[in-house]
Amino acid sequence: MATSLNDMMQTVPQWSDYIRILPEIVLSLFGMAVMMLDAVMDESKSQKALGAVALIGAFGAIGATLYQAQYPFGYGFWEMVRVDAFSIFFHFIVAAVTAVVILASFEYMEVQRIRAGEYYGLILFGAVGMSLMSSAVELVLIFIALEISSIATYILAGFRRRSATSSESSLKYFLLGSFATAFFLYGVALMFGATGSTSIFAISRSLESGNISLLAYAGLAFMFVGLGFKVAAAPFHVWTPDVYEGAPSPVVAFMSTAPKAAVFAVLLRVIFEINSPVPTRMWLIWIVAALSMTIGNIAALVQNNVKRLLAYSSIAHAGYILVAFAALPSSGIPAAMFYTAAYAAMNVGAFAVISHFGGEGERYVTMEDYAGLGKRSPLLAVTLTIFLLSLIGIPATGGFFAKFYVFSAALQANLVGLVIIGVLNSAIGAYYYLRIIVAMYMHEPKQEAPVAPIPMGAGLALAISVVVTIYLGVIPGRVLNYAQQSVSELTPVGQVVSLQAPHAVEARMATNVKKALAH
Amino acid sequence: MVPLFYYLVLSGILFACGVTGFLIKRNIITIFMSIELMLNGVNLSFVAFAAQWHALSGQVFVFFVMVVAAAEAAVGLAIIIAVFRTRETLNVDKVDLLKL
Amino acid sequence: MPDNYFARYLPLLIHLVIVGIVACGMVLLSWLIGWRRPTRAKMAPYECGMAPIGDARERFSVKFYLVAMLFILFDVEAVFLYPWAIILRDLKMFGFWEMIVYIDIVLVGFFYIWKKGVLDWGEASMKRGGF
Repeated sequence: MATSLNDMMQTVPQWSDYIRILPEIVLSLFGMAVMMLDAVMDESKSQKALGAVALIGAFGAIGATLYQAQYPFGYGFWEMVRVDAFSIFFHFIVAAVTAVVILASFEYMEVQRIRAGEYYGLILFGAVGMSLMSSAVELVLIFIALEISSIATYILAGFRRRSATSSESSLKYFLLGSFATAFFLYGVALMFGATGSTSIFAISRSLESGNISLLAYAGLAFMFVGLGFKVAAAPFHVWTPDVYEGAPSPVVAFMSTAPKAAVFAVLLRVIFEINSPVPTRMWLIWIVAALSMTIGNIAALVQNNVKRLLAYSSIAHAGYILVAFAALPSSGIPAAMFYTAAYAAMNVGAFAVISHFGGEGERYVTMEDYAGLGKRSPLLAVTLTIFLLSLIGIPATGGFFAKFYVFSAALQANLVGLVIIGVLNSAIGAYYYLRIIVAMYMHEPKQEAPVAPIPMGAGLALAISVVVTIYLGVIPGRVLNYAQQSVSELTPVGQVVSLQAPHAVEARMATNVKKALAH
Repeated sequence: MVPLFYYLVLSGILFACGVTGFLIKRNIITIFMSIELMLNGVNLSFVAFAAQWHALSGQVFVFFVMVVAAAEAAVGLAIIIAVFRTRETLNVDKVDLLKL
Repeated sequence: MPDNYFARYLPLLIHLVIVGIVACGMVLLSWLIGWRRPTRAKMAPYECGMAPIGDARERFSVKFYLVAMLFILFDVEAVFLYPWAIILRDLKMFGFWEMIVYIDIVLVGFFYIWKKGVLDWGEASMKRGGF
């Protein structure tokens, strides 16, 4: 805007502005450090050192996020970014996923004989984009953040350079990803045309005041399509199985969780803050959520490749999260946030197991290879079982409360049909997750796939994922309260209707478990 | 003075051309060019809206979009070369190890 | 300034004519008073470049692509210098330091490609290189 340019000229950023992007600064600095070190170090022995630097960077980002949480919330850089409990929640998810993925990558890179140290730098740069996405409140900044994260993940997907499937996965991800970004950008342009601003709050104010033009509707629709591609919601999901199958497993662990969490953060901001005066968004999200759940779960039934199966399952989980989007903001947003956190923990863990078990060239990824794993490596099998049970939504795991909150939020909004579809889908989902568990414990292997002992890095990554998954399943209260608290600052509506109190749910869960044991 | 409407229609047509090209073309490079065409259609509408709202910001966004597009082009062409090295083809229908 | 459509562009036309005369004059003068001693190398269209005549489908090293790509990247990054230069006076020292930071980030990239040997055109690096 012409006036705000004058305002800008009179001021320079304050110290607080820099604190508001502190995690991003830390991640960028460490990313650049990895790049420079990679350039000067001998390629044959730089791997571990670069990974360690990147790991320090990821923990630094967690520290910076915690520091931000102590600091008063507010805007930075002329209302470009906003630090509040909401953004800190997602920053934390992204930074934690980054750290766990780096831990899981140490051994993987060695086994696959990939020497390029850029890998760790790219993970950190991707994390910069994802963090920025969750705190940005200006559409063009969101676009740039989206691209930073996407471009880094395009390269990461093709990191097994000698493998044809990996480069093919990278190509498909790149083409469909940039197609989606163009849609998002067109939506931003139309929104800019309709309201004369790209700041989410200015847009929201402008839309509240007057009647909403066709341009604004079109802009929102385009933005939704673009973001729908990024979170792999049906009918924009076609790239997901191919990309996840071909990309390196730790990278899939990364890109199926952290960017998705960040894009969901953007979607939450865009849908609930821009669109708050418009109640007609429901049917669109309703359809997309129902389609994603159904297509994802049904297609997963017939998969034999475990990576591909989990890719379809991730489409289904995007659908469950979108159910929360169709609900009221006050209960839907915390439910979606909780789901994102739980999904991040369990999915990163599941892919960490897959990447350890896959071996050189990721040969062992089919259902037959997992047969009899329970005998050969009980620890690995138990870990994977925990993640799969959580993905099903069995009580005492994070996945249970995630689904529970989402569906109860939808019920509060009287979306009975959607909840029925969701519950039916969870039942279908249980079948294919259980297939893996059954294969691990009850089937005799035709040909034994070798299992290497779990090294320290991957072990630590798995341990963190298991602990978080169980923590969210046993004591969900703190995380949920934090999510609810963040909503009160977020929505203009600001009314927080508390979900069913967590301790009541826990009590009910305990009786259910007792009943089940009695049978 | 050309009315704003004309610019918007042109940018819409450019974007639609890009989408169509993306969907029907089989050569990876052509598909990639279609994406660039989409981005340029968006750029045009940014500039047109900037003129309508008398806001400089719209024109500055175009700079950002251009830079992002260049970065995307660099990465995209590198990926295309990697695919060509393993498959010796630039036809998307033949890049089909992973079934769609 | 007269409001006539043609008259407003008259200076441009005069400019074009003068440019044409000067350019033609230079070429003509050098042809008239120049001193020529042609050799085979000098007669080639590019005195020290590649042979311009031959099969257009000849394969060439992918290094060319890489250099072109890097050129575009560094070229486009310079685009931010223009808006910055316009408001530099208003931004005072802050603007200066901010641009230093930006340039430094670009320099990190430059340092990286340099150390990775992308700018190294010697035979040895061509053989070794994964590029």
